[in-house]
Amino acid sequence: MGNVNIVINDIKLNVPDTMTILEAAKEANIKIPTLCHLNLHDLKAVNKVASCRVCMVEVEGRRNLAPACATQIYEGMVIHTNTPRSVRGRRTSVELLLSDHPADCLVCEKNRQCDLQKIAADLGIRGELKYKGEMSTYEKDSSSHSIYRNLDKCILCRRCETMCNEVQTCGILSAMDRGFETVVSPAFGLPMVDTACTFCGQCVAVCPTAALTEINKVGEVWKAINDKEKYVVVQTAPAVRVALGEEFDMEPGTIVTGKMAAALRKLGFDKVFDTDFAADLTIMEEASEFAHRLQHNGTLPILTSCCPGWVKFFEHQFPDLLDIPSSCMSPHEMFGVIVKTYYAEKFNIKPEDIVVVSVMPCLAKKYEAARPELSHDELQNVDYVITTRELAAMIKEAGIDFEKLQDDDFDHPLGESTGASVIFGTTGGVIEAALRTAYEWLTGTTLENVDFVQLRGFEGIREATVKVNDMDVKIAVAHGLGNARKLLEAIRDGKAQYHAIEIMACPGGCIGGGGQPYHHGNVEILKKRVAAIYSEDKGKKIRKSHENPEIIKLYEEFLGKPYGEKAHHLLHTHYIARKKI
Amino acid sequence: MSKYRMHLLVCGGTGCKASDSDGIISNLEKHIKEHGLENEVQVVTTGCFGFCEKGPIVKVHPDNVFYIEVKPEDAEEIVKEHLVKGRVVNRLLYVEPTLQERVGQHKDMAFYKKQIRIALRNCGFISPEDINEYISVEGYQALGKVLTEMSPEEVIELVKKSGLRGRGGGGFPTGIKWEAARKTASEDKYIICNADEGDPGAFMDRSILEGDPHSVLEAMAIAGYATGAKEGFIYIRAEYPLAIHRLQIAITQAREFGLLGKDILGTGFDFDLDIRYGAGAFVCGEETALIHSIEGDRGEPTNKPPFPAQSGLWKKPTSVNNVETFANIPPIILKGAEWFSAIGTEKSKGTKVFALAGKVNNVGLVEVPMGITLREIIFDIGGGIKDDRKFKSVQTGGPSGGCLTEENLDTPIDYETLASIGSMMGSGGMIVMDEDDCMVNVAKFYLEFTVDESCGKCTPCRVGNKRLHEILTRITEGKGTMKDLEVLKELGEAIKDTALCGLGQTSPNPVLSTMKYFWDEYVEHVKDKKCRAGVCTSLLSYYIIAEKCIGCTACARVCPVKCIKGEVKKPHEIDQSKCIKCGACYTACKFKAIEKR
Repeated sequence: MGNVNIVINDIKLNVPDTMTILEAAKEANIKIPTLCHLNLHDLKAVNKVASCRVCMVEVEGRRNLAPACATQIYEGMVIHTNTPRSVRGRRTSVELLLSDHPADCLVCEKNRQCDLQKIAADLGIRGELKYKGEMSTYEKDSSSHSIYRNLDKCILCRRCETMCNEVQTCGILSAMDRGFETVVSPAFGLPMVDTACTFCGQCVAVCPTAALTEINKVGEVWKAINDKEKYVVVQTAPAVRVALGEEFDMEPGTIVTGKMAAALRKLGFDKVFDTDFAADLTIMEEASEFAHRLQHNGTLPILTSCCPGWVKFFEHQFPDLLDIPSSCMSPHEMFGVIVKTYYAEKFNIKPEDIVVVSVMPCLAKKYEAARPELSHDELQNVDYVITTRELAAMIKEAGIDFEKLQDDDFDHPLGESTGASVIFGTTGGVIEAALRTAYEWLTGTTLENVDFVQLRGFEGIREATVKVNDMDVKIAVAHGLGNARKLLEAIRDGKAQYHAIEIMACPGGCIGGGGQPYHHGNVEILKKRVAAIYSEDKGKKIRKSHENPEIIKLYEEFLGKPYGEKAHHLLHTHYIARKKI
Repeated sequence: MSKYRMHLLVCGGTGCKASDSDGIISNLEKHIKEHGLENEVQVVTTGCFGFCEKGPIVKVHPDNVFYIEVKPEDAEEIVKEHLVKGRVVNRLLYVEPTLQERVGQHKDMAFYKKQIRIALRNCGFISPEDINEYISVEGYQALGKVLTEMSPEEVIELVKKSGLRGRGGGGFPTGIKWEAARKTASEDKYIICNADEGDPGAFMDRSILEGDPHSVLEAMAIAGYATGAKEGFIYIRAEYPLAIHRLQIAITQAREFGLLGKDILGTGFDFDLDIRYGAGAFVCGEETALIHSIEGDRGEPTNKPPFPAQSGLWKKPTSVNNVETFANIPPIILKGAEWFSAIGTEKSKGTKVFALAGKVNNVGLVEVPMGITLREIIFDIGGGIKDDRKFKSVQTGGPSGGCLTEENLDTPIDYETLASIGSMMGSGGMIVMDEDDCMVNVAKFYLEFTVDESCGKCTPCRVGNKRLHEILTRITEGKGTMKDLEVLKELGEAIKDTALCGLGQTSPNPVLSTMKYFWDEYVEHVKDKKCRAGVCTSLLSYYIIAEKCIGCTACARVCPVKCIKGEVKKPHEIDQSKCIKCGACYTACKFKAIEKR
């Protein structure tokens, strides 16, 4: 390992020999177009299959063109990235992909978000296609509540496979069959609903085309809004407010909480509430449960349960450990049940007339909302889940000039929230929020510095020890299901001992969820969203969940004691052992 | 072997077995017993003799008499006449076309005269199911020599000096491959024998494994010693049951003899190996795909570098060598690098086994020195073109090789020359075509194979080859345009330049080489809507020549769509609108009254 001298397009470079041509070219500000390539460095998610053959460059002395994304540099390497030969090579690859791709861009789900569309435009491929012939056609898969598969649009970049197998270790999607018939599919061509898929949606997050998208609920939400008989309330997850702006060409990391509330009101929702409120409620329950388990020799560690992808993952992969996750429902489910009980009672609205719409950064939330046990009095807690992207689509459809909107506030009483709830949106946030509350409850003292910075960051698995009274409370945080698996295996084997663990299925936590605006492989966008989350937290007057006045009121007026009987009945759930395949 | 005065060597290769060589063996044994010769004469099932055209083969040793096309019922005569009375059974001898007489000894046969058998040295000579027979022909001596007299570096140096190159197709110098694996530091290293032979018509690796499995096991152990590997795998396609059976026997015997396993020959060197079965995907012959298949993953190639010698099976240094390459190793160790490098050309040393097939008289397996010309192989060894037709083209290198023509016949063949004329050595497939073969159709045929066998990973191979095949189909159906020809060439070249693995990078070769050498045929298909070989059915019609037709009705009776009308004893006529061009009438007519135009 050391530095080597190379020449790219006549520019001399001295760079580490571990670099690929693509990375070295970046150093010299030379752009080599890529398509299948994906490198989310900080998340250790790398797709380097070199299958699309778009980043082809000429290397002197080499017989054929080299894929820049997967070719390591060596001393004396002379590279040309834009010769007629390399351009012809990459152009041919794109033209071939287009010859087996539906040309319905105008009405495509990914119109203007599609990497294939962009590269075709960049390469000036216009007019009639050079190659024509048989097209791949497959049955569309809308079997699940979360993920829509239209393999006619798949370009076999295998990014989804990398996310599913290597990053998330779920192994649901992989290439099947051979040659032109090759298709990415669950084993035996099963529909998604019959698999152990967690619906984390990371495959959708990285799909360059519209082969994988969400199951769209925009139409149904419009219908509910326009139904005069229905009382439609909307709630928004913490991570939505730091990403929604990207859909309107705002700088990544722009906080648009106020504009979002204004837009939702303009869309016609009867009430605009905040899932952050319910996140505070979750902390009340989860911190109580944690304290209870600590004080009564209960099962430890306690695992957070607000991520539905993670919940489904452990149900399939660790059915023997179902007693360790917290029994708390996820925040938006708690919100749903509170609206249809407490709020309905308080404002004298029939629960069956209420429609709860959740705006989530997540695709698994769509699946979660349909879980039969997450219901009360035969009504599902949440009726519809739409993603950040779907909300943006609704705002655009309604002709709202988002950027120019005046900031607005959430409705009350279910709109008040603390800084602790905001950080639910990023990896490490839930456990930090829980600690802020649990610490004060267990010690009976006031926590002066609420920032547990040791729990923050992008490292896949993080650990911290927090002194609570005379006890060393050991905390772990994992994001990405591959990291979660490592942690869980260590616990099962007795190799690791923790008191509390937070797990998020998506790399980065909810800010990197499968329903967020597409990051197109740019990890900097995810980092900016995280920074925005923490800055929103800092800006809040109240930063501990148990100090949220509307939460205090909710317990006084309705729930009784945290982790008490009524709370248990309404806000807690159970888990189901599922098959591995 | 000295116990018996005579041995009957009966070919037990797959081809001869299919022609009931097992029946020959049991009949021979029966009659030998009847004549009380069971203690004097032994019947030995051997591997392939190579002369498959004339199989099943029975060779009498030490008389050196070579019987061809033997049937089980001939066994009695062979025993009664040859074994009992000492008289050669003349009618079972081969008629050598060059001499126009029956020859008894295979050294007099033109088929064998120009061959030098190194890799195939024991095929057709020893029983592959008896390790003692292998040991009796210097078997495992090379392993003994390297373990007791040579350092691993010396072994590598010797193999490098011999000039041996990979026989699987790539032609990469074997010694350098071993050296790279040796130099990569690792506790675990692996040797893999690539026996995933998949070229249509090629069976050299199968024949070696069926005829001389120990030579491969011995060479793998030598490679293990040279590279520092203690474990090996033979990756063989499951549809080679006989080869697998014999390998299993060989491995068991070698372990029993202490030639595999712990502390081989008391030298402290450990090496053992196992068989891994392939499901028959052609691309698994590509070494990275092969490795993934062994690992239990989908058999598809990954980008190189890293080469397997740096990061191979389970990310450990791995040397992947082909069966034929391994079979060359023991003689090189025993006879020396100079002996081996004296054979062949400047850059390609030694011999190459070719599977000679197609429109040639002597179909079979031949091992020839590098530098021999195609003409010598096809006309001297192969006995020329069947039915005295005219030679048109020879396709070398398997489905992704190129089609060469008359003008290439005198080129001395080695890795470089074949590549320079648009083909390749490949694993050694050689398919001869005559004037009845349509070159556009041939290109289409090979492309159909690569389209089927593409793993589907990279765009150029998955979609590009499909498009090439579609264009070729259009042309053979008379729907092609001159623009198609342009696209064909341009796309073919782009696929070569951009595909991920060797399969994709070579798959356009049949198209590009036929376009280069048989351009006129392509233009005829496109412009004149004509297929001169009469192969592309869409482009031809069948006509009855009234003057020649006697009205026998034979054609009308065989026509499956009843489109031939006519009265008895009067000229018939074909209704072109209904004709499906099946050619049944053409075959049925005894008066050459039907012609294809």
